[in-house]
Amino acid sequence: MRSRLSKFMLLLVVFSAGLCFAQPAAPAATAAQIAHLEAQVAQAQSSADNSWMLASAAMVLLMTGPGLALFYGGLVRRKNVLSILMQCIAMMAIITVLWAVLTYSLAFDSGVAFIGGLHHLFLRGVGLAPDPDYSATIPLQTFMIYQLMFAIITPALIVGAFAERMKFSAMALFLTLWSICVYTPMAHMVWGKGGFLNASQGGMFPCLDFAGGTVVHVTSGVSALVCALYLGKRVGYPREAMPPHSVVLSFIGACLLWFGWFGFNAGSALGAGTLATSAFVNTQFGAAAAALTWAAAEWLHRGKPSALGIISGAVAGLVAITPAAGFVQPMSALVIGAIAGVFCYFMVVKVKSWFGYDDSLDAFGVHGAGGTLGAILTGIFASSAVNPIFKDAKTGAVLPSGVIDGNWHQLLNQFVGVGLAWGVSIVGTLVLLKLVDLVIGLRVAREHEIEGLDVTQHGEEGYDFVA
Amino acid sequence: MQKIEAIIQPSKLDAVKDALLEVGIEGMTILEARGHGRQKGHTEFYRGREYTVDLLPKVKIEMVVPDELVEKAVQAILASARTGKIGDGKVFLSKIDDAIRIRNDERGGAAL
Repeated sequence: MRSRLSKFMLLLVVFSAGLCFAQPAAPAATAAQIAHLEAQVAQAQSSADNSWMLASAAMVLLMTGPGLALFYGGLVRRKNVLSILMQCIAMMAIITVLWAVLTYSLAFDSGVAFIGGLHHLFLRGVGLAPDPDYSATIPLQTFMIYQLMFAIITPALIVGAFAERMKFSAMALFLTLWSICVYTPMAHMVWGKGGFLNASQGGMFPCLDFAGGTVVHVTSGVSALVCALYLGKRVGYPREAMPPHSVVLSFIGACLLWFGWFGFNAGSALGAGTLATSAFVNTQFGAAAAALTWAAAEWLHRGKPSALGIISGAVAGLVAITPAAGFVQPMSALVIGAIAGVFCYFMVVKVKSWFGYDDSLDAFGVHGAGGTLGAILTGIFASSAVNPIFKDAKTGAVLPSGVIDGNWHQLLNQFVGVGLAWGVSIVGTLVLLKLVDLVIGLRVAREHEIEGLDVTQHGEEGYDFVA
Repeated sequence: MQKIEAIIQPSKLDAVKDALLEVGIEGMTILEARGHGRQKGHTEFYRGREYTVDLLPKVKIEMVVPDELVEKAVQAILASARTGKIGDGKVFLSKIDDAIRIRNDERGGAAL
């Protein structure tokens, strides 16, 4: 009995000693495993965010080509359809090179409050590692390429104002300079590090602009108005009827714009999380509500709802919801869209004829006016429940966003942002138009305008019904 | 032989073709045309402005027929193309000097 007990005690001692030696090894293995798992989770989130962002970038490019190209192309007379397509694809090509060489840096490098620096010239330092100031989960090159698509479509929108009468060479030079002098500073101010209006990075007047209501639509729309006034009316306007040569093409273009806009708005969440969902839902609701109210306004006013009207309404709603997409509740998106549809209808149908300017494709009426309206309404409907964008610097507590949260001050910030966009656009556009006019002249010769730009500027015809 | 040119409403094309076939006319040329007579156009509304559209879509039928068939053809066209409203169109007759079949050089009535 004693020998069995002592053998058992000996075993117990040996076993305990063994345990004592084993315990330090277990925590180290677990810690390594946890670190490995954390890295894998981060990788998975990065992959999810990056794949959505790359898809979004492609969708935004689709908005220019062929979305905008077809939307505008269908609205002009047949003899000018190729000139529109050329101007859009020219932007896709020129702005890409410009962005890579110069304007990405001027927009998104930290510089001063109004413009970025030159550190990223030729995309130096823009690699595959994330820049946490912009997005911690996607490569900086993804961010760069996504933002490029915005830089492409913004000048392309202005094409609508001087359609059917601007020289291709003058358009290329003017819009290149415009991209550098107007778009890039605005993009920096609203989205760039240290930007004057940057809401998420402590700008002096934080302007809520989720996907580019001021940066893209107000700038292009207001610049379009300036272009239309400076260049003057088309030969024969308004006496001659110049109806769209193909509302079918415009319809296809508008639907492609609507689809691509999900990349434009929901992609501005810079990730694949719930904010992207909010922006996606708001985009759809804004478009649909505006399409309905424009169609209703036209039905009441003219007796019939037109295809061109309802697609214009949808585009107006998409424009207006752009600054608000990641800040408002879905029901607010319906309200914003509904107001935009009626407001833009009024701008295009009444205000344009009061003032008599020839904004050929209503770039100002839809983008300028719709963007301005959307920016103001964002200040009203922004809700911190959707996006806690404002936080107390010391405590980290979430602060109210817009008027419905009780923050009336945000309206002032919105007005500042919009006002600055109007100002930069008007001044920049006027100066550049004058400059390009002096150097190479803006308008085509009168006989060429009458003959048509496709043949005279590009030596081509859009359609050949005889071949 | 005479040439018959008929400008008609596009919606009446099938009826006129069938009527001409029934009186023995098989060859004709159809053109899409635009125009107006005393029928004024209509107004269209585009982007806040009203426009008068006075180039209305029409169809023009041309055929060269032997003299003995001319009156039957004209009657067939009038009966099938008429709606009684302004915009029905017109028929014109003119004399043709000769007709030649390209395939085999036949001339005159044999070419029709």
